[in-house]
Amino acid sequence: MYDVEAIYEAKTVAEAIKLRQEHPKAVIIAGGSDVLIKIREGKLAGCELISIYGVDEIRGVKLEDDGTLRIGSLTSFSHITKNELIQKYINVLGEAVDKVGGPQIRAIGTIGGNTCNGVTSADSASTLMAWDAIIELTGPEGVRRVPIEKFYLGAGKVDIHEGEIQTGVLIPKTSYENCKGHYIKYGMRNAMEIATTGCSVNVRLSPDKKIVERLRIGYGVAAPVPIRAHKTEEKFNSAPVSMQTAEGISKAVLEDVNPRDSWRASKDMRLHLCSEMAKRAFIEAVRLCGGEI
Amino acid sequence: MIVGKSYARVDAYDKASGRTKYTEDLCDRHALVAKIKHSNVAHAIVKSVDISEAEKVPGVVKVLTCFDAPDCLFPTAGHPWSTEESHQDICDRNVLTKHVRYYGDDVAAVIAEDDIAANRAIKLIKVEYEVLPFVLDAQEAMKDGAPQLHEKYKNNVLAHTQIKKGNYEEAIKEPGLIKVEGWYETPTVQHCHIENAICYAWEDNGRIYVTASTQIPHITKRCIAQALGVEWGKIRLFKPYIGGGFGNKQDALYEPLCAWLTTQVGGRLVKLDCQREETFANNRVRHAIRYHIISWLRDDGTLAARKVECFSNQGAYASHGHSICAKGLGSFNQLYPCENFEGDGWTIFTNRQVAGAMRGYGMPQAVFAVEAHTEDICTKLNLDPIEYRRKTVMPVGYVDAFSKNELYSDTFNQCLDKGIKYIDFERKRKEYANQTGDVRRGIGVSLLWYNTAVWPIALETSSCRMVMNQDGSIQVQVGETEIGQGADTAYTQMAAETLGLPFEKVHVVSCQDTDVTPFGTGAYASRQTYTAGMGVRGCAEAFKQHILEVAYRYTRMQPYLMDIKDGNIVRTTDGRVLMTLGELATKTLYDREHNEHLTMEKTTQIKSNAYSFGCCFAEVEVDIPMCQVKLLNIINVHDAGILINPALAEAQVHGGMSMGIGFALSEKMLYDEKTGKLLNGNLLDYKLSTMMDHPHLEAQFVENAEPTSAYGTKGLGEPPVCPVSSAIRNAILNATGVAFNELPIRPHLMYEKFSQAGLF
Amino acid sequence: MAQYKLVTCTINGKKRSAMVDVRASLTDMLRNDYGLTSVKKGCEVGECGACAVIIDGESFNSCIYLAIWADGKNITTLEGLTHEDGTLSDIQQAFVDETAIQCGFCSPGFMIEAESFLQNGKIYTDDELRKLLSGHLCRCTGYENILRAVKKVMHSRAKTE
Ligand SMILES: Cc1cc2nc3c(=O)[nH]c(=O)nc-3n(C[C@H](O)[C@H](O)[C@H](O)COP(=O)(O)OP(=O)(O)OC[C@H]3O[C@@H](n4cnc5c(N)ncnc54)[C@H](O)[C@@H]3O)c2cc1C
Ligand code: FES
Ligand code: FES
Repeated sequence: MYDVEAIYEAKTVAEAIKLRQEHPKAVIIAGGSDVLIKIREGKLAGCELISIYGVDEIRGVKLEDDGTLRIGSLTSFSHITKNELIQKYINVLGEAVDKVGGPQIRAIGTIGGNTCNGVTSADSASTLMAWDAIIELTGPEGVRRVPIEKFYLGAGKVDIHEGEIQTGVLIPKTSYENCKGHYIKYGMRNAMEIATTGCSVNVRLSPDKKIVERLRIGYGVAAPVPIRAHKTEEKFNSAPVSMQTAEGISKAVLEDVNPRDSWRASKDMRLHLCSEMAKRAFIEAVRLCGGEI
Repeated sequence: MIVGKSYARVDAYDKASGRTKYTEDLCDRHALVAKIKHSNVAHAIVKSVDISEAEKVPGVVKVLTCFDAPDCLFPTAGHPWSTEESHQDICDRNVLTKHVRYYGDDVAAVIAEDDIAANRAIKLIKVEYEVLPFVLDAQEAMKDGAPQLHEKYKNNVLAHTQIKKGNYEEAIKEPGLIKVEGWYETPTVQHCHIENAICYAWEDNGRIYVTASTQIPHITKRCIAQALGVEWGKIRLFKPYIGGGFGNKQDALYEPLCAWLTTQVGGRLVKLDCQREETFANNRVRHAIRYHIISWLRDDGTLAARKVECFSNQGAYASHGHSICAKGLGSFNQLYPCENFEGDGWTIFTNRQVAGAMRGYGMPQAVFAVEAHTEDICTKLNLDPIEYRRKTVMPVGYVDAFSKNELYSDTFNQCLDKGIKYIDFERKRKEYANQTGDVRRGIGVSLLWYNTAVWPIALETSSCRMVMNQDGSIQVQVGETEIGQGADTAYTQMAAETLGLPFEKVHVVSCQDTDVTPFGTGAYASRQTYTAGMGVRGCAEAFKQHILEVAYRYTRMQPYLMDIKDGNIVRTTDGRVLMTLGELATKTLYDREHNEHLTMEKTTQIKSNAYSFGCCFAEVEVDIPMCQVKLLNIINVHDAGILINPALAEAQVHGGMSMGIGFALSEKMLYDEKTGKLLNGNLLDYKLSTMMDHPHLEAQFVENAEPTSAYGTKGLGEPPVCPVSSAIRNAILNATGVAFNELPIRPHLMYEKFSQAGLF
Repeated sequence: MAQYKLVTCTINGKKRSAMVDVRASLTDMLRNDYGLTSVKKGCEVGECGACAVIIDGESFNSCIYLAIWADGKNITTLEGLTHEDGTLSDIQQAFVDETAIQCGFCSPGFMIEAESFLQNGKIYTDDELRKLLSGHLCRCTGYENILRAVKKVMHSRAKTE
């Protein structure tokens, strides 16, 4: 049994917002695969919960009229991976979240929970970063949209106001058009693993596949929050598709990342991996776009 | 023949249908719940415990502290007791302690109506400590001035033993010898049985009843009595099906505490259910052992002299103590005999959690050290690793002076040949000779030798009872427990074989009840088929003789003219079936003249034991820049004598290999140097292999019947773990040229070593 | 004060209702209220898979699933795979025949998982099967015979489709 003072259940977004206002201290629980663990560990023991697990209106993936891809915040990892729109427009996200824990965790864990939890190791985060995802929050004042880079405020801290819940993760058309990406999760085993570091790279190539028109690199566990390798991206936008570029990216990212020493891995090792993974993910992204290295 | 056939497990149907009851499934759901207050310091004296806030939590029934606990020191090891004091296990524990010796030691307990109330109360207990300095490393703990854990053990040395043969100092003077020296280190790992340790206790008619997930019911019963300072007969212990043990449950864990707690609440039912985090932080672990090996070799690789030192990290309490270190130390000069040998083994207390028995009992550590070292010798002297091993390993006819165990057949060569053929060793070794590039492959080998059971170091005994039903079927009871390894099925086959019954007519009573089950010490030391095998056969032979004597009354045939075949009394001279066993059992049970219930009970003492042999071959692919190893192929070949049940034997080997793979590549308990706290005590941070981390596991056998064994078998439970880590390590050496002398070879270590070797 | 909720759901094909403490996990509810003890507890934090059950066709770790969420759901535990007459389902029988069970504590989770993805008669590669089963830990078998048993059922179901 979980040490919980009370549980309030919402069936709609409106109900959820109302409950948020009535119980400002209560913790939102979606799939619970982070919240319940914290309750058990004692960190959240004795808390009140607002369960949004039953809010079906924010489940599922849709293409909006302007071409924006909308992923409802309650969509589970397994449903993201299986979704045809995801497979078509942002396959790498489906692959990335298919690396979360194991199948049962992917059945319960939601993308909303993964982002709102605010941890740098979240498997969806580096890809969402690298694809300029927009976080949609709905509250008493209506809907607010925040670029994901701004959504992360610090380790475990995200930009959710009182009364709000996250209702969607949006990928604009300009972001996914003609773009392919690859995610590498570095772990100590092949399943049931929290990323030691994660690197998601996507590219858009020139029509002749010789030039990298746009390069975007996202990292998890390379800093206290998921980050973009902006300096590297600037340097290599418009670079030729070549091994030299791959090697260059590999070196350049060291200027962008800032991992920590911890018992899970040393800073040096993480730096080494960040560099190697950028290279490999870049090469694979280019290949997916039809380029050759 | 019933022995030698792959019958489905006798418990398979129930386990497959989900109706098998394990400890928690049997416990009344209204039981009171006990939780333990673990220390958050590694070494301290408890000054006071304030329970006033904890007692106020609604639902709390009782809060008890180390100041309430009985002043009885007790041992926990799953060893047979000894009537000689010098051989007795060390008594160094209290159910709750005033002297905290590791981070997580047990200082108080709460009994409550549910787990939420208990957990809330635990948090509110305030403990005042006089904090002492602590030490985590074994060799540091031996130094003068290091923090002392137990008064009686100076420099924290629990025990030091020495083995000497020939004259090492003289032998190394031989001119032209080549010296190969290395330090080898193994990690602290945990058993990770999927069912956590759990027990519940209550009082009944002035006695304390305990149901526990244990491998050793009769021993745990004794430990509980010692802990509570009550007569041993006051305790009755039940052991239902258990969800794995691997040695952790070959120790009295929290059964003594739970038994004491019930006495503090008027004998009400109290459940003490270890959480996974507690299984990691507060149960037993495998001893981390550091080895120092110096070998002096002639050009051709023959050993002129060898010296071995082992430093075994015992953690806070004695538990199984020095026997693990000593077992490993004793193996060096048996696996590769050397005329001039010196070995020193130390077991040292440190402020870490307690090391106890774990599958392999010191041998996975020792085999890693000696087989890594053997490979280092081959590398340095440029010798073929297979030929070298064939030449220097324990020869056929070898007899150990102490145990009188013997190597009867050419088993090492037979095992090696099978492994070489399966994995295509020679070809791949050549193919992988001169690789460059980021991703390289390698192949490696390791031998294995294992001394099963515990004679002559300790008592070996097995008692068996057989009781016949009216239909001629029997119940069989032994104290050697089913813990998942398939022992009950093996006993069924053995009893059926010797008594002449069909397999289906033998019912093994799986649950041990110390009031009812004849005395036997439990499941450990890979001794079940060998030791309990003799117990079963001893009882079955006597029972058969007795049955034939009773049959004489009804058939008027001399017992020596009869036999039991397939459940019938048969006249051997012409093969005629005289009566069925069912007819005999019914007749005699209801016979108004000569009434008798057909039963037999017999204790068999065993004064022999057997060596078990094998080898492992592993093939790996190393991604150097990514610091990752992929295991491509692996095979274990074992000579465990005659296989009672080949399918179950194969399954045993798979499980052992899996544990060996984790030991080699991923499993390690990490401790915070600043506090002594375990950092990764859960199944997410502790890297047990998942199905995605294994290749196909190949298990093959060589069946050389063991002459001393009731059914030709030798042990197989533990050996499969032992050779795996060294085979993988040697394969990585073959691939990269980097010799890893520490386990596990996880990415962190690879990063460090590959950097040093300039491979990036 | 403890808070209760009426939870109505289908368990192993039968409609069931019970007043459930809202703090209970689905594991707690299935074990304590319905005596379905094949649902095992190995960690209670989603790391071992021993508690897995099928909810509306997908496998979940019931230990990190609130019992109140089960309302309206269709739940299958290992008990539900066994036929009414006590005979075993093909998956259970394959686990027996392929010696895929040792201590048996992880086995319910594995069998439930296999049932969840073998329902559609699809053929998977070995690597896919390993991934599909990777959320379950077993310390006894090295997974070898478990994989063998699951493959056997997969092929026999594909044949009879
Ligand atoms: C065994 C195990 C393995 C795991 N492995 C991985 C892994 O490999 N990779 C990985 O990334 N994660 C992993 N996780 C973590 C977890 O599964 C994911 O973070 C998951 O996405 C959380 O989703 P949830 O719906 O379960 O979140 P919850 O636990 O319900 O919530 C997480 C946080 O987000 C908040 N929240 C959730 N939804 C909303 C919303 N719509 N609006 C506002 N706030 C919200 C909650 O208040 C809470 O703070 C693992 C967890 C477990 C137990
Ligand atoms: S008990 Fe639920 S996953 Fe371990
Ligand atoms: S059979 Fe024992 S844990 Fe899997």
